[in-house]
Amino acid sequence: MAPAVNDFSLQVATVNGSGSQSANMVLLRTLFQMGIPVSGKNLFPSNIAGLPTWFGIRASRHGWTARRREVDLLVALNPETVAADLAGLAPGTPAVLDAPLAAAAGRADLDLYPVPLDALVEPVAPEARLRKLLRNMVYVGVVARLLRLEWAEVERAVGRVFPGKPKAVALNLAAARAGHEHAATFGRAPAFHAERLDATSGLMLVDGNTAAAHGAVFGGVTVLAWYPITPSSSLAEALIESLEAHRRGPDGEPTWAVVQAEDELAALGMVLGAGWAGARAMTATSGPGISLMAELTGLGYYAEVPAVIWDVQRAGPSTGLPTRTQQGDLLACAFLSHGDTGHPVLLPGSVEECFTFGHQALDLAERLQTPVFVLSDLDLGMNHWMSRPFQYPDRPMDRGKVLSAEELGRRGGFARYRDVDGDGVGWRTLPGTAHPRAGYFTRGSGHDDAAAYSEQPDVYRRNLERLARKIDGARALLPAPVEERAPGARIGLVAYGSSDPAVRESRAELGAGHGLPTGYLRVRGWPFAEAVAGFVAAHERVYVVEQNRDGQLASLLRLDLEGRLAARIHPLAWSDGLPLDARSVTEAVLRAEAAHHVDGPEEEEDGLVGGPLHGTEVHA
Amino acid sequence: MSAATGPASGLPPGAASPAAASPPAARQNRLGLLVGDYKGGKTTLCAGCGHNAISERLLEAYFDLGIAPEQVAKLSGIGCSSKTPAYFMGRSHAFNTVHGRMPSVATGAVLANRTLHAVGVSGDGDSASIGIGQLVHLLRRNVPLVYLVENNGVYGLTKGQFSATADPGSTLKGGEVAELPAIDLCALAIELGAAYVARSFSGDKKQLSVLLRGAIAHGGTALIDVLSPCVTFNDHEGSTKSFAWVKEHDEPLQELSFVPAFPDIAVDYDPGTTTEVALHDGSRLRLRKLGADYDPRDRAAALTRLMAARGTGEVLTGLLFVDPKAPTLVERLRLPEAPLATLPPERVRPPPAALDAINAALR
Repeated sequence: MAPAVNDFSLQVATVNGSGSQSANMVLLRTLFQMGIPVSGKNLFPSNIAGLPTWFGIRASRHGWTARRREVDLLVALNPETVAADLAGLAPGTPAVLDAPLAAAAGRADLDLYPVPLDALVEPVAPEARLRKLLRNMVYVGVVARLLRLEWAEVERAVGRVFPGKPKAVALNLAAARAGHEHAATFGRAPAFHAERLDATSGLMLVDGNTAAAHGAVFGGVTVLAWYPITPSSSLAEALIESLEAHRRGPDGEPTWAVVQAEDELAALGMVLGAGWAGARAMTATSGPGISLMAELTGLGYYAEVPAVIWDVQRAGPSTGLPTRTQQGDLLACAFLSHGDTGHPVLLPGSVEECFTFGHQALDLAERLQTPVFVLSDLDLGMNHWMSRPFQYPDRPMDRGKVLSAEELGRRGGFARYRDVDGDGVGWRTLPGTAHPRAGYFTRGSGHDDAAAYSEQPDVYRRNLERLARKIDGARALLPAPVEERAPGARIGLVAYGSSDPAVRESRAELGAGHGLPTGYLRVRGWPFAEAVAGFVAAHERVYVVEQNRDGQLASLLRLDLEGRLAARIHPLAWSDGLPLDARSVTEAVLRAEAAHHVDGPEEEEDGLVGGPLHGTEVHA
Repeated sequence: MSAATGPASGLPPGAASPAAASPPAARQNRLGLLVGDYKGGKTTLCAGCGHNAISERLLEAYFDLGIAPEQVAKLSGIGCSSKTPAYFMGRSHAFNTVHGRMPSVATGAVLANRTLHAVGVSGDGDSASIGIGQLVHLLRRNVPLVYLVENNGVYGLTKGQFSATADPGSTLKGGEVAELPAIDLCALAIELGAAYVARSFSGDKKQLSVLLRGAIAHGGTALIDVLSPCVTFNDHEGSTKSFAWVKEHDEPLQELSFVPAFPDIAVDYDPGTTTEVALHDGSRLRLRKLGADYDPRDRAAALTRLMAARGTGEVLTGLLFVDPKAPTLVERLRLPEAPLATLPPERVRPPPAALDAINAALR
């Protein structure tokens, strides 16, 4: 797809730590303020300073926010990567580059705009140490001219990016203006540009981690225990900031406790201790932390303690791609720990849902008395998305089945793990409840209804059956899937989380471009809602799009569905650490469909691994 | 043995737990509760296990201090020691967590409800090996908690492997010799800034009782390393954690007594020979010096004495270090007086106007 007015992508290649983030935010905000739908993605290395980093901005009058695979305008400031950055461009693509890099371009077929950044920034910044930062604002001015960005909105965006810092605003604007004026000397511009639209009014620009943090604050979280790990640290930090801003009592006293734990084991241990004692407690981590939390998660499952665990997924472990996105932890979270387990998983697909699930997860954990996972990822959690305003929770907090001393007095006692209501969830008391019969002994799996130690085979089995029933009951409590049927659609797509924007865009491409209507089901929780089976039953083939190698969501679906329906599930799974883009999905679906029509019905090719896109050629 | 050890200190190996030494059943505490209200389930540990005596001392301490069992939260890890919360104070909530992770779970419980009296029961394997990282950070944070290490130098529940507190040169029943240096949890705690550090012996009823009362009255983490011989796997000749060895080498630092903060208790003491330490809740520990001057408020001196004792093979018992004014985690976090767990919804869910402001700022 060729770029067009209000439909293009911009890639800025810089060096990590050079201060380009502010400049990129100014560009993103300017487009957004001009009413043009945008998204911004930071592709950064595991490094503080010195390694290459890229920032992608997409403007789309249609409102598409997934990563666009094509680069329509390149800004190249990094000598290390400039050759590769330019090599990837289609002929004729405009590229703004630092003038000294132009000689090395080696691509006569590109539309190059060399800018003498150092010469332009020098008169603006008397202090040499500021010049490195302000160089970035020069390209903002150049891009503003080339793409016809409204200067008043550039000025407003600079004010937003440097709030309360008039000196910084003035300097940055001066640098941008120098670039803007210089760009007038080119006497030409790319074939596409930005024009004011009215497609972003009422919307916000925010990342998923910030949204999740606010959600938890409005969910009444009182204990946060966490250990720093990319890409989840900013969730915990945003939560601390929001608690400070919105949760102080009349005398300024905090209504929360935050502990930076010594590791993720301790973080979850604290959350379980706090949940056991009645607090709304949560932690935020990523894959390596999830691994460390395995044993305690099992304890939470068997001891039936509420806990909320946010997993902002990334690739891993160790030094593997820690700053790249992935949907690789779904199976690990659903069945974390040893023995029989099963943990409710919430799957937000937008920043708005990060907020909503941020408070709903706390309700669910207390309602079900079990650890609840919320799976975000680096793309959703750390990148910049448009969102409708967050909605205030529409119902009171659900604190679950907790017996007060008074209620205990009326009942004359209780049995902690007895299923008196038929939902598998017993009533609990909190430590400190002033009633002689309030106390009970909490331990792992070896206990009876009354929480007394037991190794009796039938007691154990009954307990495990009740736990299975309890978790199964979550189907009706978790957010229902979002389903879109298309008339005449024989194939269905299933996805979750940050795959949603690419899948929605791909459906439009498949429908309008290839005459292939598709149904779409976005799952938002596991165990799956009943509607999932209905969707699969309504389509001949169901392609499950997800960002991992082995098709984890597809395998969960196959586990859940009866054989005839399970055979309709086909994984379209891959991950290279980059956010998903629509064209890759479209190509994968088309290839899978072509293979189906060549090979005929494919009961025999039902392997879990090796979806049509399995491998690396897609993004090559 | 010095005069500081009480009548139960002569408990012979293999004897039953000293239930007979408990307060008379009819005696009521300040809450009008009987000691029976503080009892737990029947112990399933080996007959004569030192851990049973520690459980008795602990429940007596809560009984005597008039703390309602419902206000006590018992937490433990995994091991013989960690089973004991089932054997005392059955009216209290208890959480038998996973191996080595009790400190974090206890931290969370205390944060959720600062009004709880939390007691963590652990062992030398649970604390000095698998859980040493969590113990270290619990001590750094000064989490309000009585932390008992029931230390027998051996893994009992897995049938007799060395733990990291086994002294070099001591032997297992089968003759294997411990070669690595022992971890001294008290020295470690003092080095880490812990504010109540004591060592005692499960057979020393009087000393342990006083140290436990002091620990409960102390505001922050109170670590008591209680040598508690394993009658099955580590009570033979060659073990430095046997009844005979500990009795022979016990070197009490001071004679201790405890004055609770009850309004009707008058205090009198002889200033010439006694030091008093006022604890967090107003109680006082009275220390009568034995032998050389020892001030338990001097961190460096405490470490020096512990090092010296290591060289001479003494088991130094008593209050090693105390700093009642060290700020606790709860104080540093400035938690409200009411438990976080039960704050009313209007205090933990901001009003709609707050969300409007957030939304407006993100436009």
